[in-house]
Amino acid sequence: MTEGFLSSLPPTLRGWLLGFAHDTAFPGDIRLFEEGSAADRFWLVRTGLIALDVHIPGRGAIVVETIGDGELLGWSWLFEPYQWHLGALTRTAVQAYEFDAPQVRAAMDEDPAAGLALFRAIGDQVIGRRLRSARTRLLDLYGPDTSRAYESGPAR
Amino acid sequence: MADGGAPAVIDKAGLDALIAVLLGRGRTVIGPTVRDGAIVLAELSGGDELPYGWGVELEAGRYRLRGRADGAGFAHSAGPQSWKTFLHPPRERQWTAERGADGELAFSEERTPPPAFAFLGVRPCDLRAIEVLDRVLTGGPHADARYRGRRQRAFVVAVECTEPGATCFCVSMGTGPAVGPGYDLALTEVLDHEGHRFLVRAGTEEGEAVLAELPQRPADPATRTAARERVAEAADRMGRTMPPVDLRTLMRDTLEAERWNDATARCLTCGNCTMVCPTCFCTSTEDITDLTGDHAERWRRWESCFDLDFTHLAGGGSVRSSPRSRYRQWLTHKIGTWHDQFGSSGCVGCGRCIVWCPTGIDITEEAHALNAERAAAGQPR
Amino acid sequence: MTILAPQVSVATVPVPYRVAGCSTESADTATIALEPVGSPLPAFTPGQYAMVYAFGVGDIPLSVCGIDGDRLTHTVRSVGATSRALWALRPGTKVGVRGPFGTAWDLRSASGRDLLVVAGGIGLAPLRPLVHGVLAAPEHYGQLNVLIGARTPGDLLYAEEVRRWGALVTVDRPDAAWTGDVGVVTALLDRAAFDPPRTTAFVCGPEVMIRAAARELAHRGVDPGRIRVSLERTMHCATGHCGHCQLGPLLLCRDGPVVTWTQAQSVLSVREL
Repeated sequence: MTEGFLSSLPPTLRGWLLGFAHDTAFPGDIRLFEEGSAADRFWLVRTGLIALDVHIPGRGAIVVETIGDGELLGWSWLFEPYQWHLGALTRTAVQAYEFDAPQVRAAMDEDPAAGLALFRAIGDQVIGRRLRSARTRLLDLYGPDTSRAYESGPAR
Repeated sequence: MADGGAPAVIDKAGLDALIAVLLGRGRTVIGPTVRDGAIVLAELSGGDELPYGWGVELEAGRYRLRGRADGAGFAHSAGPQSWKTFLHPPRERQWTAERGADGELAFSEERTPPPAFAFLGVRPCDLRAIEVLDRVLTGGPHADARYRGRRQRAFVVAVECTEPGATCFCVSMGTGPAVGPGYDLALTEVLDHEGHRFLVRAGTEEGEAVLAELPQRPADPATRTAARERVAEAADRMGRTMPPVDLRTLMRDTLEAERWNDATARCLTCGNCTMVCPTCFCTSTEDITDLTGDHAERWRRWESCFDLDFTHLAGGGSVRSSPRSRYRQWLTHKIGTWHDQFGSSGCVGCGRCIVWCPTGIDITEEAHALNAERAAAGQPR
Repeated sequence: MTILAPQVSVATVPVPYRVAGCSTESADTATIALEPVGSPLPAFTPGQYAMVYAFGVGDIPLSVCGIDGDRLTHTVRSVGATSRALWALRPGTKVGVRGPFGTAWDLRSASGRDLLVVAGGIGLAPLRPLVHGVLAAPEHYGQLNVLIGARTPGDLLYAEEVRRWGALVTVDRPDAAWTGDVGVVTALLDRAAFDPPRTTAFVCGPEVMIRAAARELAHRGVDPGRIRVSLERTMHCATGHCGHCQLGPLLLCRDGPVVTWTQAQSVLSVREL
């Protein structure tokens, strides 16, 4: 019933992708990668929560988004220069499928049909969704509208 | 409703007597009279105040009085006011609140007894407009008690329309020029070689009782025929029409039409159309306190959907910030979504909004243009 | 105390209520409990709202966020003159209340179905009595999932209670102590266990969030007629007579605030309607 990245893929593509996966697990509070480091792996989270963060001097690691069950962790591995834009820290114990990024990239080049299908899925389900989410949060919808300060017309 | 028994004929003296009888019954008589270069609705004390010998010349953005040689009293079409001014006044107190020394609050509903109006000279279109207001203000889950009080006590003397104006389109809206139900008395003015007279029918028992007190004669076939013919002729002399399509669907289909930009280029969002419209009912509430701070009042006043603050959201801005959206709201509500909200059109074809628009925006022209745009776009009718 | 004459219209004239308690929810938001001074108003149903009057200032629509006999609770955020006056109320102060007004969540129609509650910001307030209703009779419903988005951990309403509900909470801006989710509330849908065709959803929050959540739910297979959303427009009279709250064919004070996504979708897609 839980809809994750895998369930959005056609069954053949799902099987094709999982052919490159191996199981892995991490305890909580483990740093999986740092901003700027080589994006040579990525994960599909089966269970657990991972925080994506940015280090700001004087403020520490600021969490910008969390990645949970069923979600894909990491897309920087898909584009040059294959470096992480953000850092990732496990918040809880995590079980995941781990992928070797150069291997998957090579397979995508080798089988362009599967490569394009995976690329589209990542574009929509991962990058697109996170972009929409970021834009929505940019609106600060739950915050006060500081551009206007009155309630319902004059003299109320 | 009583069908009023036999029609009668009265003359101008009979009309004077009608006003006297209504005044004698303790009613405040409101009717048309000439004031400040217009035919306005005001309190009447006698028949000599009626606009005998006056007609009006109407066009989009234009209203002029002109004299009539025939001396007709009701050969003029709608003026700047409508009966909502009296039934749904521009400003009204709803309740007062007192705060005691102990901090307790006591609320008192406004209880001044409603005036007993007699409306003289209600046009068929305006009678339908009153019916529209009835549905809006008393037809929903919460009835407006103040409106209902005034409405229930009001005595309505309708006058059929024999002289439509250039901006009239009641035939398109199905509201005139013949009178429909809802009157206590209905008059048709007849002027010919046999004299100046009025065919009168009673629609209610009170109407019959009032009629019985007037100097009259039984309606003769010639007067009846003349009355019928003059109303029938009026139907053929409408100055405007609406496109012969389902206007409600037209409004729903054209929410994003280009035409709105055209109309909005001319609209000043002044709200005149909403003030003169006989069915525009919107209000805002106002809360006031006196200097002691322990006496507060709740008032409501007419409001216009053209006002920028009309849709102001708490902690935000206005939903309809563009003039385009506000004009569109007014028109689509009037002839479109009014059906969804109150079970009928909100337009009765009186033409006031056309006449009193400072830039002459014409509701019928806009509807025709929207219809043409939809047809050009190949939308189903 | 003044006893109001029975024929007074409680839709137009307020009834005196006493502030029986108030609690701070966040820097600009408080929850006030109101008890009738004399006769209570007719019973409120979750999703409905009251017009709450601050003496001499004005009245504003406030959804009920708790119903306990004749006691009503409302969460109010200080954004203007009237809401500021209500937000600043202290116990013992008297206010005026009109109501009940508007459509309800209609929990009964979701009997036997999975329930998905999606709340953003102060939109959790009207959904709270709905959750109370489900928790009072869990045997009548399938899975209950409550998903909540808040601006910061400090802005989360009813934090203690929300923990007891087992709700999934996500915030836009975490503080150092926050160990939960960060992101938009719709991202939590992946983590909720619900079967779309068997689900009735209840959604309230800022309109952009409502649109995003309802679209996503419909995309996942929830019947648009089973997605109930609570909308907001300006209201003055609450009785269908002032015209301010129009949203296309809807008079939101009367036909809303709770409507189905089937009703809302087309009107929310037209700008400045």
